[in-house]
Amino acid sequence: MALDGKSPTGPIEGRWAKRKADAKLVSPANRRKYSVIVIGTGLAGASAAASLADQGYKVKAICFHDSPRRAHSVAAQGGINAAKNYQNDNDSDFRLFYDTIKGGDFRARESNVYRLAELSANIIDQSVAFGVPFAREYGGTLANRTFGGVLVSRTFYARGQTGQQLLYGAVSNLWKNVDSGQIELLTQKDVLDIVVVDGKCRGVIVRDLRTGQLETHMAHAVVMCTGGYANVFYLSTNAMKSNVTAMWRAHRRGALLANPCFTQIHPTCIPAHSEFQSKLTLMSESLRNDGRVWAPKKAGDTRRPEQIPDEERDYYLERKYPTYGNMVPRDVASRNAKYMCDEGRGALGLRAVFLDFRDAIKRDGKHAIEEKYGNLFDMYAQITGDNPYQSPMVIYPAPHYTMGGLWVDYDLMSNIPGLFVLGEANFSDHGANRLGASALMQGLADGYFVIPYTLPHYLAGQTFAPLTADHDAAKSALNDARTRLDKMVAIKGDTSVDRFHRDLGMVMLDKCGMSRTREGLAEARTEIRRLRDEFWQRVRIPGDAKGFNPEVEKAGRVADFLEFAELMVHDAGERNESCGGHFREEYQTPDGEALRDDDNFMYVAAWEFKGVGETPALHKEPLTFEYVKPTQRSYK
Amino acid sequence: MSTGKNLRLTIEVWRQASPDQPGRFETYELDAVSADISFLEMLDQLNERLIKEGKDPVAFEHDCREGICGSCGFMINGQAHGPLRGTTVCQLHMRHFHDGERLVLEPWRAQAFPVRKDLVVDRDSFDRIMAKGGYNSTRVGNAPEANSILVGKETASKAFDAAACIACGACVAACKNGSALLFVSAKNAHLGLLPQGAPERYRRAVRMVEQMEKEGFGGCSNTLECEAACPKQISTGWIQRLTRDYIRGKTVEDTGEVAESGGG
Repeated sequence: MALDGKSPTGPIEGRWAKRKADAKLVSPANRRKYSVIVIGTGLAGASAAASLADQGYKVKAICFHDSPRRAHSVAAQGGINAAKNYQNDNDSDFRLFYDTIKGGDFRARESNVYRLAELSANIIDQSVAFGVPFAREYGGTLANRTFGGVLVSRTFYARGQTGQQLLYGAVSNLWKNVDSGQIELLTQKDVLDIVVVDGKCRGVIVRDLRTGQLETHMAHAVVMCTGGYANVFYLSTNAMKSNVTAMWRAHRRGALLANPCFTQIHPTCIPAHSEFQSKLTLMSESLRNDGRVWAPKKAGDTRRPEQIPDEERDYYLERKYPTYGNMVPRDVASRNAKYMCDEGRGALGLRAVFLDFRDAIKRDGKHAIEEKYGNLFDMYAQITGDNPYQSPMVIYPAPHYTMGGLWVDYDLMSNIPGLFVLGEANFSDHGANRLGASALMQGLADGYFVIPYTLPHYLAGQTFAPLTADHDAAKSALNDARTRLDKMVAIKGDTSVDRFHRDLGMVMLDKCGMSRTREGLAEARTEIRRLRDEFWQRVRIPGDAKGFNPEVEKAGRVADFLEFAELMVHDAGERNESCGGHFREEYQTPDGEALRDDDNFMYVAAWEFKGVGETPALHKEPLTFEYVKPTQRSYK
Repeated sequence: MSTGKNLRLTIEVWRQASPDQPGRFETYELDAVSADISFLEMLDQLNERLIKEGKDPVAFEHDCREGICGSCGFMINGQAHGPLRGTTVCQLHMRHFHDGERLVLEPWRAQAFPVRKDLVVDRDSFDRIMAKGGYNSTRVGNAPEANSILVGKETASKAFDAAACIACGACVAACKNGSALLFVSAKNAHLGLLPQGAPERYRRAVRMVEQMEKEGFGGCSNTLECEAACPKQISTGWIQRLTRDYIRGKTVEDTGEVAESGGG
């Protein structure tokens, strides 16, 4: 079955305007009769909840944290893109669109990406109005910096804490609506399932994390903004509780999951120190504005960086990609770090490379570098005990972001009517690789400026059965969730949840990480199945599911990762090409770059659930490129 | 990068099954803690062992583990987030402790933060304060062009300093009065300093302070412990600003004057 993304047609600059003009409206007086559930309070969720509440809909915002401000968007460091052209360096909506399509290696939908570029400027306006203290020039205007994969300065930032400040801005508007009673905020609730009534998504099943109680919440539509699934790798830059559960449960209820193998391994992270490492910490891509990446020329050179003279250093990104230099896109930077280490040229004899600020400090002075990156340097020093002002950072790629997600049409609605998916949880805008500073842009574009137009259109076009938690579908979903929890807790085996998660992560990183092979993926599938069987026989969850029990929460998440991982590996095995972050060793150019197969794989792979361990059914959405001609990506 | 050292530690942890049950300290001996791991990874290891032994693991709050989400925090030897200045407990590494050390771990102690379990407290009171004024009353969609209102670099930078607060609650735990003034004043300053937040400057101060008092937070102890404990090193100077804003707001409430501000 070919899927239809329902993109409007005609000139690309006019498509969003056309879609809006065609959209049905709900009158202001009728809006209060509609209720909407928003899952997650990160950038996408908080902005969606606030925008819909501002319009007059009754909103329930659900998050698993104790406060909406803790969603993992808070950790985004470097910045947010917007085509403001404040630098007068020939930026435009089209150029942002072009960069994003090319950066994604021609695996995203043109219409969506153009809309993203078009909405980007207004996000900055909106965020400033909510009190986001962006970096400024002395004259009082907003400052910009450059990010990877582009040749203009369009990134807005708030020191190294841009995500935190943008999130606080969006959440402040959520609080405004809590104050006025327009939003009911439900914290510490884990969404365990969705409720589908007569083919429409009408509610969710949640577990209250304080009391352990299962609850049913019903609404006219559900907006899922639950972030990405990089924790399938166990060690990632994601927060410990970031998970795939809501997305996976929706998939099990019929929502198609698209391109799950498109994952991003971020080039600049602090390497793991020991087997007890619980997560990895990112060092913002913005550091590559001034930091130079290098590895020793000689294999097996374990000397301290200060002892390696310039002529024995290989600034390999500058050498191989003179046009973009250190600012190549993330997938290219990561892969090259891997190649250095595979050749035995890792920094200090480790699997790592250097990120060196010596020359920038010499050129601009320590003070200027401190101004730009002070908190990142402090964070690095705190974690490693080394001083990056004196010696280079030691970095290595780590799982960071997931481009894949639930399939959505142009309106951001999944194939289940009434289930909308926003932000990192959907698959839509970044293709096979996301450019830096684009995740914040997408989350807020979806929440502030897309959903307030497309969701009312959906509501206005429907007739709804009355809301009731007594519906058979709701009761059966609640029952499924309860049965599963009881079963898990009753196992009382001998192995901790974390152990399973760690083992799964090793398999995924090794076989479905930065580079993949047909054989490796087949082995991964066997390993995943073995781990999943073992989990259901040997997991040990102390206590019960009746009250506050963090081990119960973790177990449910890991159980879902163990099912999801198999789909991810399957998708990677079926996509017989390399593109962006998906690198199959069998398909590469003589220079070791990703080799796409546009004739056979220029499509979105949207998978339909057929049962755990069963082969999923493939639905293809063909991709067409009218405005950016697909070429072999070159950053040389 | 790596010290390769191992530590022997004795840790005493506050164990409390639920809010309505009494708690007590329990002692654990750890004989090979790598000096390279973080404090929370040390607790992960302890929990792994407790689960193996069929015991209840120690509950503690955490998420991002990079010092920005504000989830984590407890007392280590009486200090909120432990001995290192400007550092959340998730960013605290074991290399800052020495072999044979004894560490006492307790949850935040404050009337407005009831203990839920072990080292986890409920901080909903913070959000109820935020919902009284931690925002600009602007609707999505009606923002002016971002550069149409200029904001000086210094002002933006000061607003950022205040906005860096992560709402972890260390300030409250460190204060002998259990005061939330550092938290409230940081939010008040962040928004009030910027021209976009100026129209509600005084109303915001009054509403947030009134909610703070309702939640059972104490008054300022004037010991500045809060600033010393704050992982984001928020300045107590903001408390003076909040006091001024609050008084101005209350005064005009009483006299019927209009209280609006041009910011700054």
